[in-house]
Amino acid sequence: MSLPIAPKPAIRRFHQARWDEPVIFELSTPGERGVLVTPIEPGVRDAVGDVVADLPEGLARRTPPALPEMGQMRVLKHYLRLSQENLGADLNVDVGQGTCTMKYAPKVNERIITTPKLAAMHPLQDPADAQGALEIIWRTERMMAEISGMDEVSLHTQGGSAAIWANIAMIRAFHEANGEGEQRREVVTTIFSHPSNAAAAKAAGYDVITLHPDADGYPDLAALKRVLSSRTAAIMVTNPEDTGIYNPAIREWVDAAHGVGALASYDQANANGILGITRARDAGFDVCHFNVHKTFGTPHGSGGPGTGANAVSAALAPFLPGPRVVREGDRYSVREAGPLSIGAIGPFHGVVPNIVRAYAWIMALGADGLRAVAETAVLNNNYLMKRILEIPGASAPYATGRRRIEQVRYSWQELFEQTGVGSEEIGVRASDFGMHYWTSHHPYVVPQPFTLEPTESYSKAELDEYADVLAEIAREARETPEVVRTAPHNQTVHHTHHDDLDDPDRWAITWRAYRRKYPDAVGA
Amino acid sequence: MTDPHVHPYIPNTAPEVRAEMLAAVGAASVDEFYADVPDGLRLGRALDLPEPFAAEQDLERHVSGLLARNVPTTERLSFLGQGTYQHAVPAVVDEVIGRSEFLTAYAGEPYEDHGRFQALFQYQSLMGELLSMDVVNVPTYDGFQATGTALAMAGRMTGRRRVLVASDVLPAKLSKVRDYVRVHLDLEPVVPVDGTADVAAVTERLGDDVAAVWVETPSRTGAIEHRLQALADAAHAAGAVLVVGTDPVGYGVLTPPAEQGADIVCGDIQSLGLHQWYGGAHAGFIAVHDDPRFVMEMPSRLFGLATTDVPGEVGFGDVAYDRTSFAHREEGKEWVGTAAALWGIAAGVHLALMGPQGMRDLGEVLLARTAYAQRALAAIPGIRLTDGAAHLREFAIDVAGAGLTANGIVDALRAEGIEPGVPAGEHELVVCVTEMTSQRDIDRLAAAITGLVAASAAESADTLDTVAIPEEHRA
Repeated sequence: MSLPIAPKPAIRRFHQARWDEPVIFELSTPGERGVLVTPIEPGVRDAVGDVVADLPEGLARRTPPALPEMGQMRVLKHYLRLSQENLGADLNVDVGQGTCTMKYAPKVNERIITTPKLAAMHPLQDPADAQGALEIIWRTERMMAEISGMDEVSLHTQGGSAAIWANIAMIRAFHEANGEGEQRREVVTTIFSHPSNAAAAKAAGYDVITLHPDADGYPDLAALKRVLSSRTAAIMVTNPEDTGIYNPAIREWVDAAHGVGALASYDQANANGILGITRARDAGFDVCHFNVHKTFGTPHGSGGPGTGANAVSAALAPFLPGPRVVREGDRYSVREAGPLSIGAIGPFHGVVPNIVRAYAWIMALGADGLRAVAETAVLNNNYLMKRILEIPGASAPYATGRRRIEQVRYSWQELFEQTGVGSEEIGVRASDFGMHYWTSHHPYVVPQPFTLEPTESYSKAELDEYADVLAEIAREARETPEVVRTAPHNQTVHHTHHDDLDDPDRWAITWRAYRRKYPDAVGA
Repeated sequence: MTDPHVHPYIPNTAPEVRAEMLAAVGAASVDEFYADVPDGLRLGRALDLPEPFAAEQDLERHVSGLLARNVPTTERLSFLGQGTYQHAVPAVVDEVIGRSEFLTAYAGEPYEDHGRFQALFQYQSLMGELLSMDVVNVPTYDGFQATGTALAMAGRMTGRRRVLVASDVLPAKLSKVRDYVRVHLDLEPVVPVDGTADVAAVTERLGDDVAAVWVETPSRTGAIEHRLQALADAAHAAGAVLVVGTDPVGYGVLTPPAEQGADIVCGDIQSLGLHQWYGGAHAGFIAVHDDPRFVMEMPSRLFGLATTDVPGEVGFGDVAYDRTSFAHREEGKEWVGTAAALWGIAAGVHLALMGPQGMRDLGEVLLARTAYAQRALAAIPGIRLTDGAAHLREFAIDVAGAGLTANGIVDALRAEGIEPGVPAGEHELVVCVTEMTSQRDIDRLAAAITGLVAASAAESADTLDTVAIPEEHRA
């Protein structure tokens, strides 16, 4: 064939990299080295002798760890090949991971943080040597306070669930300080709030009451009032919920909690659509947190580190974790946590590189930019919802005819009933087109669920592409269901068998366990 | 957003596209989408935030300008540890975790995110070799959380409340762990002797109500526990679990706790290929034997090997997912969420680069430099080591005999560009040396402290001369 090049087909002909790379232990060659360690100086050796021989009895390792022995470039190549077999947000239209706000993490922020001025800072250095880091932490706290409307902020936690834990730990300390620790034993949450609200409350010793929505998918105020009592320590809710439905009675929820002496804790994992529109303080909350890696544009890191921003009212401020960054004049210093504080929630000041990234992200956008983020995320979501609902077999249960905020929990129930092809199979097939796709947290209250959150980062053309892919898979489910059922076809690996993963006799969580359990396996 | 506000991060702020999308969904304005947000809850004004830097170059100049006020350890001589450590970070580690594919991924399935699953399975496996344990989790937040969870596991397994804390623990770590487990467990310190656990006292206090004995090695002051097996035997005789909190950096040369009876080994991996990041690069590991009684109590993700339809292909998946809060909310074990996966990938790359010989060499240089620094500082008149244990990387000196305070040394040496260590009491200073601290660096610290001691002695002599000695005793 000669030029011109033919037009592209409607659907992208994607294929993921397939390097067929072995597990790294199979790449070992005795004697190879990846990096060398600085030698012990002769003067040191002369002074201290053979430190290993001098160890107390039994402390010197008898057999070396069976780590692989590899030249440096082979290690690099191995991991770069694995990276190519991974689909980061930078490479795909990452709207399929609803609740997770897979937005663009700007590259300039990577360049900004890549400096010894940050990476080589030790947290116990003289604060006079850490004025830049401390000022950025302080400024970011103040900006988060304004964005939430709350009084004081901690950036110590390393993820959303860690922030939820900090919320319940502060609530617990608050009630104990007021002599109500023994009395208030219950936490109320909703089924469309992140599971960690329920799980962290349980880990903190509370009995958990989980409310389901009303028939139209809205949080049920009457149901809340039925379970609130003098035993309630807190309500812990997300809003908008994971359905993308904003609770219009949220103020009444908070007031009802306060009416029985409970606190109100706001999981703002889904805040991306309401930045600059409405704030936790406006609804009367006592405690809230943002997932900084979601809403404020820090990269998700294959599953962390993230950052949580815990924001509280003045009444809760004494319970915040420490150490605190304080400003005196134009100088910044570090103050240990006070007597009511829940103490250290983790080492030092939290995931500092993420705090700097988030600071830069906010400073790139400002108030108007944050509002543009929210409004565009919501516009994108409602646009994508329109496209998805045009696909036969897809639906958006609840709040029929209403708009949604930043995401929607959809259902393939109708398609499933017609074809027998379910949401999880559709998700695997989506990967064949270079797309992520996620169903829902468990339990699947919405049948055959999928949750799309377009954020502000993707163009209309990209949203169209995502919708086109789902339409194509729905068509396949009707016309060639085996193609969907036997997916993936264009991926690094083929259909994977998960039976061994739940059997203690057969699972292999490390290579050494695999070799022990399967001594005759090739390569083991 | 009354005026068009086109931002590079937000493609659909382009006015034509925005109008087209609004028309497509039949909305006159974006305000329609917020119909469920009551007017009374609307902010009704712009957020009060600083003016932004719209151009990338201006943003970079602003933030980098703030960071320029930092003076990092590369421009000081640092002997700081106590949780965050200055170690060599191979360039390949930074290259791998800086890759967009890893940096910006999140929660994909074992197909499109095969690379993430394999990298984290390999991290688990490489840590397993270092620790001689068959099960290692996908990292949790940090060593504090790992230890809190390890003890909580022991509590659930035994149904008991008491935990004997046999070692000196970092105060911040103790604070976190205590608050984390206090509903279920009571922590009881058993005062160490000469830097390490008092085995007799621990044994004495063991009983059928003890869930766990918690040992830290190296301890808060870097002391290596040398009677782990005796502690394990005592704990096991009482039906308790031995939980060992540790830093894996030494196990190229030190016997791993699992070979001395530890049931759960936990700690932080910042030492394995992560920069200091002002204390912002921590990740926690929890390791157990391949025993379902332990594995089923772990809250973290565990990635396991799986077969695929194609012979020879290496597949992955979640092991025993039903343990987790993802599967069963509050009925799962504690909770799981976004934690520290990228740092786990980094630690895996680091261990692959180091290999067995690298980890041995590293352990040996740490032991040697530590011993050298101990001798150099203990040789200064009036300064002594606080205990006689073997130490890795950190040790404490008592400076009372030199007429100095720990804070006094810190203040004086900071003026010379030296961070001499972390005060742990009026007269106790915890000094940290790593492979980044050369003999010359240690000699410089010793000389600087020697200078302080001499100055202090001279001052004391002056004081004696002028005030303290009664007139009749003067020559």
